[in-house]
Amino acid sequence: MSAPERFLERLTQRRADDPSWVAARRQAGAARFEAMGFPTRRDEAWKYTDVRRIAEGDFALATDATFDGAHFEAQRLDIDAYRLVLVDGLFSAELSELEGLPDGVQVEALSQAVSANHEAVGGALGRLAGVDFSPFTALNTAFADEGAIVRLAPGVVVDKPIYVLLLSRAGGQAVMSHPRVLIEAGARSEATVIEHYSGEPEAANFTNVVTEVLLDRGAIINHYKLQEAALTDLHVASIHVDQSRDSRFNSYNLNLGGALVRTDLVTDLNGEGAEAAYNGLFFVQGRQHVDNHTLVNHNSPRTFSNENYKGVLDDRAHGVFNGKVFVKQDAQQIEAYQNNANLLLSDRAEIDTKPELVIYADDVKCSHGATTGQLDEDAVYALRSRGIDEPMARALLTLAFVGEVMDKVRLNVIAERVERAVAGRLPERFNLADLVETAEAIQEA
Amino acid sequence: MASEEMEQLVRREYKQGFVTDIESDTVPPGLDESTIAFISQKKGEPQWMLEWRLEAYYQWLKMTPPSWAHLEYPPIDYQAISYFSAPKKPEDRPQSLDEVDPKLLETYEKLGIPLHERAALAGVAVDAVFDSVSVTTTFKEKLHEAGVIFCSISEAIREYPELVRQYLGTVVPQADNYFAALNSAVFTDGSFVYVPEGVKCPMELSTYFRINAANTGQFERTLIICDKQAQVSYLEGCTAPMRDENQLHAAVVELVALEDAYIKYSTVQNWYPGDEDGKGGIYNFVTKRGDCRGDRSRISWTQVETGSAITWKYPSCMLRGKESIGEFYSVAVTNGRQQADTGTKMIHIGENTRSTIVAKGIAAGRSDQAYRGLVKIGPRAKGARNYTQCDSLLIGDRCGAHTFPYQEIGNSTATVEHEATTSKIADDQLFYCRARGIDEEDAVSMIVNGFCKDVFQELPMEFAVEAEALLNVTLEGSVG
Repeated sequence: MSAPERFLERLTQRRADDPSWVAARRQAGAARFEAMGFPTRRDEAWKYTDVRRIAEGDFALATDATFDGAHFEAQRLDIDAYRLVLVDGLFSAELSELEGLPDGVQVEALSQAVSANHEAVGGALGRLAGVDFSPFTALNTAFADEGAIVRLAPGVVVDKPIYVLLLSRAGGQAVMSHPRVLIEAGARSEATVIEHYSGEPEAANFTNVVTEVLLDRGAIINHYKLQEAALTDLHVASIHVDQSRDSRFNSYNLNLGGALVRTDLVTDLNGEGAEAAYNGLFFVQGRQHVDNHTLVNHNSPRTFSNENYKGVLDDRAHGVFNGKVFVKQDAQQIEAYQNNANLLLSDRAEIDTKPELVIYADDVKCSHGATTGQLDEDAVYALRSRGIDEPMARALLTLAFVGEVMDKVRLNVIAERVERAVAGRLPERFNLADLVETAEAIQEA
Repeated sequence: MASEEMEQLVRREYKQGFVTDIESDTVPPGLDESTIAFISQKKGEPQWMLEWRLEAYYQWLKMTPPSWAHLEYPPIDYQAISYFSAPKKPEDRPQSLDEVDPKLLETYEKLGIPLHERAALAGVAVDAVFDSVSVTTTFKEKLHEAGVIFCSISEAIREYPELVRQYLGTVVPQADNYFAALNSAVFTDGSFVYVPEGVKCPMELSTYFRINAANTGQFERTLIICDKQAQVSYLEGCTAPMRDENQLHAAVVELVALEDAYIKYSTVQNWYPGDEDGKGGIYNFVTKRGDCRGDRSRISWTQVETGSAITWKYPSCMLRGKESIGEFYSVAVTNGRQQADTGTKMIHIGENTRSTIVAKGIAAGRSDQAYRGLVKIGPRAKGARNYTQCDSLLIGDRCGAHTFPYQEIGNSTATVEHEATTSKIADDQLFYCRARGIDEEDAVSMIVNGFCKDVFQELPMEFAVEAEALLNVTLEGSVG
């Protein structure tokens, strides 16, 4: 049996009471996935990422959503937010906290939204992420029956962040989950949405998530993806964004965990004045593999994009960055900036980076840059001459390197968590936790 | 900008489109073992060469044309191409310029390259390839004194088989890619240069290529070897007459630099780009690669690409020797319906190797242009450095400019920088010039020349002048 067939066989475990359009899409997804199969390194988009670890795996589907309470408290962000929790792809009402949602704000599990009013979901779901995008979106389409639906009525500004926590459990049979996140922001609405991937250490599951974000005129969405999966977890994600006139999408794609991680981030700037900001960070070590593919399509004149991705790689980690800016013909007066900087801390770490520009209009200001290097020895020397020992100096400079991206993060609870993780995960001798705490204490005082 | 003026200029005709009527000894179109045997026999090649060609041919049969480039063109019928065309009577070649067919000299005159004058004035030895056979070689004696071998590859195969056999195909193997395999099977001519140990070549070496007979692909093979501490500067320039059918050009250039050697390879390419619908231009699929085999060796590629309907060309450097240096300076100009997918590969293998890439692209009309480059730092390339800059200038709103830079970095001591920008000529720059009484066309030309300056200054003097003139001519047709 081929790998796609083996995966699709699990479909029989699914409920059979889908509405007809869901069943039809499931079939389309399954057929497309079977036809495409898993990508290989011969596919340009997967040139540096080998997904055999996924294709050769045996993943069941989770049957319950129980999660250890202590672990949950340790993993979740300590933040005042509307919280929706999925455990191995299944909704956990027990761990979720969705009371007191303001008028005009809908945050619901996908299964609930479908059973309550499936027609309202059907129109938007899958509009951006077609089954042709990649074998993984096709696979997700075949399986997806849970996820998060976020809907904002026009003009609503949500008071608290909307926090979607996706947890992965360890022990027993490895499972796969295919969650689906749909964010529909009405005109001039504004919200912060957090997708947080975490779980028990040692979890070795396969998460294949698809997120779709639709921004109507003037809407603003701050989208955080904090990926802290266990170092044995496999994670594939695609985020598809459609922006109307004067809308703004701020993406924060922060990757710390996972054994094999691939994220595709695609934004279509479809209305004048639309603006997208991509902030990315990946900090990897051991044998982690993180692949970020981003694409900004400037389909309308006077649209703007600004992208900044920073990578820190240690040990035998492998990082991939592929950023593409596309400017359509007649989409004049575009500004598009893209930057990728990588810091290699080890001789055996590898980074493959490809910043692409594809431009069909002339009145544009586009630039991209990519740099890879090591810490500036002069800066290390400068710190040492002021009495800071070498490991500390290097650690400080590493934190400063990611600072440019972290400064943009507006949720302190996330920024602190990432900085602590970066500091804590630097080799033992770089132990910076105390320093971070001291710095925080000074800030609070 | 005055758009009518622009329109007018865009519709300018190819200034160097004309055909010289010289009888050619051409084989019927088609490619099989017998064609290869015919070429080999015609060239008086030894048996091993024929075998080498056939090996390449069998590899080629198994391969498929590359489809990854940002190019669009109909499939090429390789059986419709005639693989050999030589000016008549190759056996009694002219020994000096006086014996050269006056019509050929006339052709050079029309091109603005008075061979004899130019050669004398610039002190350049010219191995002129007219169609596929070297017609004349000048200054051979002077080179001979220095011990430099500069001749056609066919002659080298006959006269210096050991040298050729030792190096041919060691930089670009027969089955390197589809077009290189085709070239290895059917190459008809090209240049061979060997600079012995410690010799600095006394003059710049230059070859003017010219495609002439209709339906004949030109398959050059160039091999340049620079022995220890030797130096050479090689110039290559091309123009072609106007033709209706697409002509295929699949050349292979191999450079070998041993310890402390320095090879500078400069190209000005101005083949017929096709009419305004893109019909009839040259297909230019070239494999160029330099091998910095020895420590502290250096290879420098400089190219000015203004012609051809399709350009597929990635002059590369394999930096194997410690502290070896690779350089790539490129100006690519596309207009009309031209398509160019060009760039470079810098493969850092040895320690402390350095490379510099400066690529300037100018796209006008309805043309499409892509920079595609690879910088690869191997795990043993400690302290390797690369600096890449690629800038694109767009003239008109129907053209495209793209960059696809690949970076594969497997060593933490490496420093790799890449910058790219895409923009148009700023209105305030134009205004500034015009306010000082410079007319629009001159102003644009000045700005564009300034944009390309980093590359032009790498060209040898006489080439730089020609390149600037060429650029102006090309731009004349695209901007007001």
